[in-house]
Amino acid sequence: MTDTATASDVSGTATSPRLRFEHLSMVFPDGTHAIDDVSFTVDPGEFVTVVGPSGCGKSTLLRIASGLTEHTGGVCDVNRDSIGYVFQDATLLPWRTVQHNVELNAELQGISKAERKRRAAEAIELVNLIGHEDKYPKQLSGGMKMRCSLARSLVLNPEVFLFDEPFGALDEISRERLNDELISLFNSEKFAALFITHSIAEAVFLSTRVLVMSARPGRIIGDYAIPFGSERPHDIRFEPAFAEICGRINDDLKDAHS
Amino acid sequence: MTALDDTRREVARVAEATPSAAAASVPVMQPRRSSAGHRIRNLIPPLITFGVFILVWYLYSWSRFDNAAQRRNALPYPHTVITDGFFPLWDDTNGFRPILGYMWPTMKVTLIGLAISIVLGVSIAVVMNLSRGMERALFPYAVILQTVPILAITPLLTQLFGDEIGVRLVVVVLIAIFPVITNTLFGLQSTDRLHHDLFTLNHVSRWTRLRKLELPSALPATMAGIRIASGGAVIGAIVADFFFNQGEKGIGYYIRNKQQRAANRPEMFAGTITASMFGVVMFLIVGAITARAIRNWHESAAKQT
Repeated sequence: MTDTATASDVSGTATSPRLRFEHLSMVFPDGTHAIDDVSFTVDPGEFVTVVGPSGCGKSTLLRIASGLTEHTGGVCDVNRDSIGYVFQDATLLPWRTVQHNVELNAELQGISKAERKRRAAEAIELVNLIGHEDKYPKQLSGGMKMRCSLARSLVLNPEVFLFDEPFGALDEISRERLNDELISLFNSEKFAALFITHSIAEAVFLSTRVLVMSARPGRIIGDYAIPFGSERPHDIRFEPAFAEICGRINDDLKDAHS
Repeated sequence: MTALDDTRREVARVAEATPSAAAASVPVMQPRRSSAGHRIRNLIPPLITFGVFILVWYLYSWSRFDNAAQRRNALPYPHTVITDGFFPLWDDTNGFRPILGYMWPTMKVTLIGLAISIVLGVSIAVVMNLSRGMERALFPYAVILQTVPILAITPLLTQLFGDEIGVRLVVVVLIAIFPVITNTLFGLQSTDRLHHDLFTLNHVSRWTRLRKLELPSALPATMAGIRIASGGAVIGAIVADFFFNQGEKGIGYYIRNKQQRAANRPEMFAGTITASMFGVVMFLIVGAITARAIRNWHESAAKQT
C-alpha cells in the first residue's frame, strides 16, 4: 500500500482502483480516535470486506468513502457520483411502495420518469421482488426490505458499492440466502464492493479479500486473499479451507480485542 | 347470520367436544376485526357510559330540586331538554332549526380558522426546523400564543380586528395553531437520521429534502396535532361568538342569549349539546382522514387495516 498515485487520478481505466484509502485517519471533534493510518484499495471486480469488533470504526470508513463524514488525515479517493450505499437498516421510506422506493435514488438524481421506471423494473427483477411492487415496507419481511434497499442502489448502476452490515439484523437463513444472491449480483454487475460486517463466515463467503480491523483506533491488522473462485456454491461454507481461513481471522480478532 | 355468530357457535361446539383444546382453538377462530358483529360490540361500552351519564343527570336533577319549575330553570331533565330545547324540530323560530341556523356561521369560522391554523402552523414549524436559531427565535412566541388569556384581551382584539367574522377567526387561530406547530416541529425533527443520510448521498436541495422526506415523515405527528387543534377550534369559535357578535351570529351567541333568562334553560342545553356534537364530528372526521392518509405505512394505523 505504498501507491503514490495523485489524488486526481480517478478517471478509472480498467486497472485503476475504484476506491483508495491512503494513510487515512479520523479523529472526531470530541477527540475520539476512530481510524488510524488505514491504507487499501478496491479495484473493479473486487469484493473487499472489513471485519472488526463493534465500535472499531468500520462504519466510519464507509461514511468517509461516501462523503457523509469528512476525514481528518490521509487520502480518500473515490468517484462520489457513482456510489451505492446500502445501510445497516433498509431505510425504506414507509410511505412509498416498493416500486417508488426503488425509484427513489434515480428520482432524486433527476432521471426521467420513463427511464427510472425501466431501471427499477430491471433492479426489482435482479433482487427477486417481482410481484411485490405495490406493497408497502410494513408488509415486507426483513429480507425483502433489504432486497428492496439493494434494488434502490442498483438502479443507479454504481461503480462502487458500500455495504454497512446490511444483513446484520436478519436471521441466519435469510442472511445466507441474501449472501448467495449478492454473490450472483456481484458476478453479473462487476462493481467494486466494500462490505462491513462482524460475521467472519459472511466475510469469507462473499469476499475476494478480507481485512481485519483492530479495536479503536481502528487499523488494519490482518489481510486475507480469499482463494475461492467467483462462483461460490452455498456449501462452500462447510469446506475445510473455508473453516481454516475463518479460524485465522478469528485469531486476529481475538488479538484485536486484547 | 353474522360471521361472528358462526364463529361463536363453532368455538362452543369445539369446546364441548374437546374441552382441553378449546383454549388453544379460540385465537385461531377470531373473527376479522372489521366484521359487522365486532363493530356493534365496539359500540356497547360507550353506550353503557352514555346510559350511566343520563342516569346520573336524572338522579342529580331529581334530588337537587324540589319542584318542577325550579328544576326546569336550572338543570332540566334530559327529556325536557329534548321536548323544550330541541323540539319543534322544524320551526322557523323555535327548537332545532334555529339552532342549526346559528351553527352554520360557527362551523364556517371553525373550518376556515382550522385551515388557516394548519397552513400557517405547518409553515411556522418548517421555518423553525430550518435551524436551531430559528427555533429559538420563534418557539417562545408560539408558547405565548397559547398561554395568552384571550378573553382578557377581547377589547384589544376588537380594536385590532373589528367585531365581525375576522376577529373570530383570529381567536380560533390563536387557540388552534399551537398544537399544529409543536406536533409538526416534533415530526420534522424526528425524521430518521439514516433517511437524512440517504438524501444527503443524493445531493438533494433543501426544498426536495423537505418535500420528499421531512414533511411525509412528519405527517402522522402533524395529523395528531390537527386532531387536537380541531377540538380547540370548535371551542374557540363558540367562545368568539360570545364576545364578538356583529355580523353573522353563531351558536355561541344563541347559547349566551338563552343564558339570560332562566326559562330558556332547555334551549341553552340544546344549543350546547349541538355545539359539542359538532366538536365530536370534527374530531371523528380528522381521525378518519388521518387513518386514511397513513393506513398503509404507519404503525398507529395497524389496527385499522
